[in-house]
Amino acid sequence: MEPIIQDLGFIIGTTLMYSTPLIFTSLGGVITERSGVINIGLEGMMYFGAFAGAAVAYFSQDPWLGLLCAALGGAFWGLIHAIACVSFSAEQIVSGIAINFLGAGSALFISRLLFDGATQTLTVARKIPQPLDFLFGEGKMFASSGFTDLVFNRFATVYLAFFLVFVVWFVLYKTQLGMRVRAVGENPEAANTLGINVTRIRYGAVIMSGFFAGLGGAAMSIAVVSRFSNTLISGHGFIALAAMIFGKWKPQGALVACLLFGAAKGLEIFLGSKGVPVAGDILAMLPYVLTIIILIGFVGKTTAPAAIGKIFDKGDH
Amino acid sequence: MTGTKLKELFLKGPFGLTLISILLGFLVGAIVLLIAGFNPAEAYWAILRGIFAKPKYVSYVIIYSTPLIITGLSVAFALRTGLFNIGAEGQFIVGAMAAAIAGYFIQLPMLLHVPLCLFLAMSAGAVWGGLAGHIKARFGVHEVISTIMLNWIALYLSNWSLTLQSFGKQGTGKSHMIQETARIDLFGQWKITEAGIEFIRSHKVLGDILKSPVNLGIIFALLFAFLMWYILNKTTLGYELRAVGFNPDAAEYGGINVKKSIITSMSIAGSLAGAAGALQVMGVGHKIAKLAIMEGYGFDGIAVALIGNNTGPGSVFAGFLFGGLKYGGAKIQDAVGAPTEVINIVVGTIILFVAMPKLIQMLLKFRKG
Amino acid sequence: MTAIDFSHRAVEMSGITKKFGDFVANENINLTVHRGEVHALLGENGAGKTTLMNILYGLLKPSSGNIKINGKTLTISDPNIAIRNGIGMVHQHFMLVEPFSVTENIILGNESTRGFGILDAGKGEKEVKRISEQYGLTVDPKALIQDLSVGSQQRVEILKTLYRGAQILILDEPTAVLTPQEIKELVAIITNLTEAGKSIIIITHKLNEIKQMADFCTIIRRGRHIDTVDVSEVTEEDLAAKMVGREVSFRVAKEKRNPGEKILDIKELCVEDSRGIMVVNGLNLQLRKGEILGIAGIDGNGQTQLIETLTGLRKAKSGRIEVLGKDITNLPPGKIINNHKVGHIPEDRQKRGLVFEFNIAENLILETYFKPAFSEGFSLLHKNIYKNADTLIEKFDIRPRDATLQAKSLSGGNQQKMIIAREVSNEPELLIAAQPTRGLDVGAIEYVHQALVAQRNEGKGVLLVSFELDEIMNVSDRIAVIFEGKIVGILDADDADEKKIGLLMAGGTAKE
Repeated sequence: MEPIIQDLGFIIGTTLMYSTPLIFTSLGGVITERSGVINIGLEGMMYFGAFAGAAVAYFSQDPWLGLLCAALGGAFWGLIHAIACVSFSAEQIVSGIAINFLGAGSALFISRLLFDGATQTLTVARKIPQPLDFLFGEGKMFASSGFTDLVFNRFATVYLAFFLVFVVWFVLYKTQLGMRVRAVGENPEAANTLGINVTRIRYGAVIMSGFFAGLGGAAMSIAVVSRFSNTLISGHGFIALAAMIFGKWKPQGALVACLLFGAAKGLEIFLGSKGVPVAGDILAMLPYVLTIIILIGFVGKTTAPAAIGKIFDKGDH
Repeated sequence: MTGTKLKELFLKGPFGLTLISILLGFLVGAIVLLIAGFNPAEAYWAILRGIFAKPKYVSYVIIYSTPLIITGLSVAFALRTGLFNIGAEGQFIVGAMAAAIAGYFIQLPMLLHVPLCLFLAMSAGAVWGGLAGHIKARFGVHEVISTIMLNWIALYLSNWSLTLQSFGKQGTGKSHMIQETARIDLFGQWKITEAGIEFIRSHKVLGDILKSPVNLGIIFALLFAFLMWYILNKTTLGYELRAVGFNPDAAEYGGINVKKSIITSMSIAGSLAGAAGALQVMGVGHKIAKLAIMEGYGFDGIAVALIGNNTGPGSVFAGFLFGGLKYGGAKIQDAVGAPTEVINIVVGTIILFVAMPKLIQMLLKFRKG
Repeated sequence: MTAIDFSHRAVEMSGITKKFGDFVANENINLTVHRGEVHALLGENGAGKTTLMNILYGLLKPSSGNIKINGKTLTISDPNIAIRNGIGMVHQHFMLVEPFSVTENIILGNESTRGFGILDAGKGEKEVKRISEQYGLTVDPKALIQDLSVGSQQRVEILKTLYRGAQILILDEPTAVLTPQEIKELVAIITNLTEAGKSIIIITHKLNEIKQMADFCTIIRRGRHIDTVDVSEVTEEDLAAKMVGREVSFRVAKEKRNPGEKILDIKELCVEDSRGIMVVNGLNLQLRKGEILGIAGIDGNGQTQLIETLTGLRKAKSGRIEVLGKDITNLPPGKIINNHKVGHIPEDRQKRGLVFEFNIAENLILETYFKPAFSEGFSLLHKNIYKNADTLIEKFDIRPRDATLQAKSLSGGNQQKMIIAREVSNEPELLIAAQPTRGLDVGAIEYVHQALVAQRNEGKGVLLVSFELDEIMNVSDRIAVIFEGKIVGILDADDADEKKIGLLMAGGTAKE
């Protein structure tokens, strides 16, 4: 096999792997912001999810249970954010900042209790599996370490992320629920007069955003690597947030943006492994520079949901 | 008369809400500790001892608090103009980098070298913050997003600077130490002379304090806090910036240049965070090192600003609170075995309650029946 | 208007009281509406009409009182219950989701699905089409709301209620934003609806429309039920007297005008709105010293953008604006205010006019804080700032008399006094007043009008823009009518009458 094809396979493979946690979290961002609630606490929810996923997977030896608990852990912080923002009219960015402190703080607090004072978990026995692994290897359909292996033989979370992009898109644009979520994010007063329960929709959306961020965290801790540590999630939630805006608040747009950030990481790792004398730091910087340039290039910034960040007060009730 | 006014301020004003939030934060922290099987009283006592038991501790708390106060001022200043400066982190990094470069390469007498380093660092921070302001004013890109991006760009830029042959100490991931003339340590040289060592050994209180990296940073922090208060409340610039923060449409109507105000405010905020980075290099680290992740000075600054109600004096108070908790909180691990991170939970809870004045007012009403 | 079925009481509200804290918005109000009846609810701004209807629609809970719908007593605790009982409401500010299509807006909350919550777009569209044809409400089901005219948006709102099977429609100030042509269409639609047995409640403070549309009229003043009358038996003057509680004095007393040199000269001005539509389109206008020029017109004909351009808040596409012979086109607001002496009472005092969190003293120097009187170098001179505030508070009777109070704690009338004090004390040569009495009570309105006349008498030029034709006619020396971004006619106030102006406002010509 041409080494260049194999290199390409390696880059695409790592891109997919590193994009996946961002995709989950970014989808969470799409859901909450579409309902009109800013969630800058995605970072903290992801952080907590990464820990919860690794801890549960370590103790139960079941990565799937880990993934589920990560999502539920994220959803718990989503609930807190929803209580603050929806029920008590909190300043949404401030509440999000609080969630970042709380998510990370509580993850490390529990980690120290469970893992003998350490701010990292032990290595999990079983990571999220690679469901197509049986197709690759000696005497199988595809050779191992070939292009196809590198690109398509990925963790289940990768496929799940892509599937969820479709699901979120479908729900937002093709279902009753999605239409209501978007309406609440654009004009909650109008939705309210039509008997739509703005509070319930927003609670649901914010909790779901935590659920997705939790999945994103676990996609990092029990798929990309095999344990949680205190530096595992550092800014990924913020990047996912930027990707969501970059993607114009659309699931498919967020996907593309996350792949871009993932590709930069993939390229950085590839060049690092080859010892190419290109400044890796400059390369790593590129997607951020690019994001700013693209944001500047947006014409007509009306893509954000109109009611975003605004407090909805039904007044009397 | 003044008694009732004071009471009013405490119960209904922002000051009272903040104090109640702080109490609730510690209450939640205590509950978490209880559930985890620790005695909260013991844990909090350990924190208090960790802050006040030795002169050295107090000195360390001040040193810990200094950058937090200044990044807090940075965030607070921008917030008063209605801007959320998530970018204090990146501005801190470029400030530290600028100070480290200027401190290493330039040869000057101390009286010029220190101000020059600080000036260059503040300029670098101002550029970093002003850039976000400019992008917002000119293109309408929300500053939260642009500053998140700029934080990462700053981090990689700083790491890249360490790969340069002349600046980075190859293979260590650290820069060369800055010149003595660029340092703001108190008695830094003298401490390692024989006389200094002897002094530290023989003087109980002063000697103990000198065991910590005592430096002039806190003086600058207090000066900045005063300057911020003065600019915002006593100058025409402050009037403009506050008008823009409260109501940009009315400010524009009144003839204030809103776009210019946004850039000015973010530049000033950036220069403050840059100063924080510089003072950390000049007073404590004397070098910069490769950053695997964000150190969090800027993010902690957000907490400080929010707890300090976005004022100069408030940020000083909140900076000391947060610095004390960070330094003292690290000791509860050894003292009672409880995780240090209960501090983050306390701080997070305080911010959460600060974000919900409505809830606290409801609680107060409920209490009154 | 003969469709009324007096044997069927569609709505019966009795003894409705609503309190917000100490403030009584509705006090013991009764309202009965029959099937097929158009019932007007008349009252001044803030009289409590909308509050009463929000109670009927379940948006507010009454403090006490009883509601019967079709003879059945109901507790309407949220809009869902109202909708289920055949009540629909069209709010004054349309409740539409801008980026959604007409169909999506109409079916929202009541969507037809193919099961599993999956939307059935085609079915909704068909249903919308059917209803719109049935009542003569033409609108394209696939169009996006953001592309529709105001009149069409209103039709969407009415369709929304009909789609939900509304038998009782509440229309809140339905004509406020319509052109006369659109008003005519609305009247036809209302006739269609009553003939189909629907009952309609119209909230309004426009007397001629009550005569035009309604069968009965209930008058509310300061939250109290004043009277319910058969519209065919009363005159407009009767209604006006009941509404304000005294004989309405029309003209504002002022001596004969004495116009001087030209102060404002607008030549072929073109301005786009935020959507890029040319809303001021080749506008020409001159104003002299010592006169009040009123600009009459229906909301949305470019008035807002015209004023924003005159004051530097919006850029002109082309054309020229001169003040006292000097070009001020596209100068920044600060220059226009201070170098060219233009004062501006803005349309929206909450959005533009005041910094709510600033105190009175700080608000009074919004345009002058940097002047030597209030600053020295970088520093503000607080002593002078508060002395200035105390003087103006006294002179303009701003209450309460405390310069340290935040602007948001003052009443609407006193907020407006604060703005007038600021603008007038800056000694402008030209004063632009946009909707200066909106939302104010009668006393405050008189105050504002007198302040404008006083400026005129001092030889200043005053440009008044208002959607209230009465106000324009009472205060102005000359009246210019704006239609689709152009001045379509200028009349002397003495020989202007409502008919002539109304025709011009609707795009007709004054020449007969």
